[in-house]
Amino acid sequence: MNGIHDLGGMHGMGPIAPEPNEPVFHEEWERRMFGLFITIFAGGHFNVDEFRHAIERMDPADYLESPYYEHWLHSAETLLIEKGVLSRKELEERKARLAREAS
Amino acid sequence: MAHEGHNAPLSDTALRVKALESLLVEKGLVDPRALDAIIDAYETKIGPHNGARVVARAWVDPEYKRRLLRDATAAIAELGYTGVQGEDMVVVENTPEIHNMVVCTLCSCYPWPTLGLPPNWYKSAPYRSRAVSDPRGVLREFGVSLPEDVQVRVWDSNAELRYLVLPMRPEGTEGMSEEQLASLVTRDSMIGTGLAKTPEKRAA
Repeated sequence: MNGIHDLGGMHGMGPIAPEPNEPVFHEEWERRMFGLFITIFAGGHFNVDEFRHAIERMDPADYLESPYYEHWLHSAETLLIEKGVLSRKELEERKARLAREAS
Repeated sequence: MAHEGHNAPLSDTALRVKALESLLVEKGLVDPRALDAIIDAYETKIGPHNGARVVARAWVDPEYKRRLLRDATAAIAELGYTGVQGEDMVVVENTPEIHNMVVCTLCSCYPWPTLGLPPNWYKSAPYRSRAVSDPRGVLREFGVSLPEDVQVRVWDSNAELRYLVLPMRPEGTEGMSEEQLASLVTRDSMIGTGLAKTPEKRAA
């Protein structure tokens, strides 16, 4: 699939800018997302090819602009919904409830 | 692990992750304590210090190095480093004639058991796009300039196969212990965007 993820040789992406003494995770949600991925992956809900394919199906602009672990979040949500483990509605309702509780 | 204070509103992304975790816990598909243990392992136990031990062993033990270059997965497992994203390993050796560098142009494939999780730049569009078309320019950005007669080989990782660079042993390290040698081996030297530190740099 020749999508936005196929970045090899593309021009104009700017400098690399490595971060000195970079932490393993930058945000708490990245930490949780990583652990979630390993757990649900080990639970056999999808394989690694499905996981990457769901990332490759992202909107190209979103793909380039979003932080790395958001790709994982997008893929996990997409696959768990497609496989009927949970629904978009459940996710939206839970998110709204958590937002109310946090405010 | 509440790094976000009560006064800092959660981002939309953070809320989505929380919602996902909350639902999966409720459905009995995720145990939050197992999740904590996984996160802790990748923050404290699994990292480039593992790969550094592999490299240092190869520097002091020619038989081990032979095994490492022939069947990296098995040789790395001898030191106890196995598991997810290290199932099929290939080690490529730097020499005075050849410098190796690793990328994953399609995503973020990286040898977790030996290097831990990849830094952001490794997963970023600038590195992934340019590592294959302008490797010497990329190396210069990392402060590495190689003589023109050194051949640069770029290895594109994939979901099935992960590469680890065996950097050259620095000069002036004769007589150093395996442990001292391991402290010269940086993460970037095993990706190929850096070289192993010299003993002077280690002391500094």
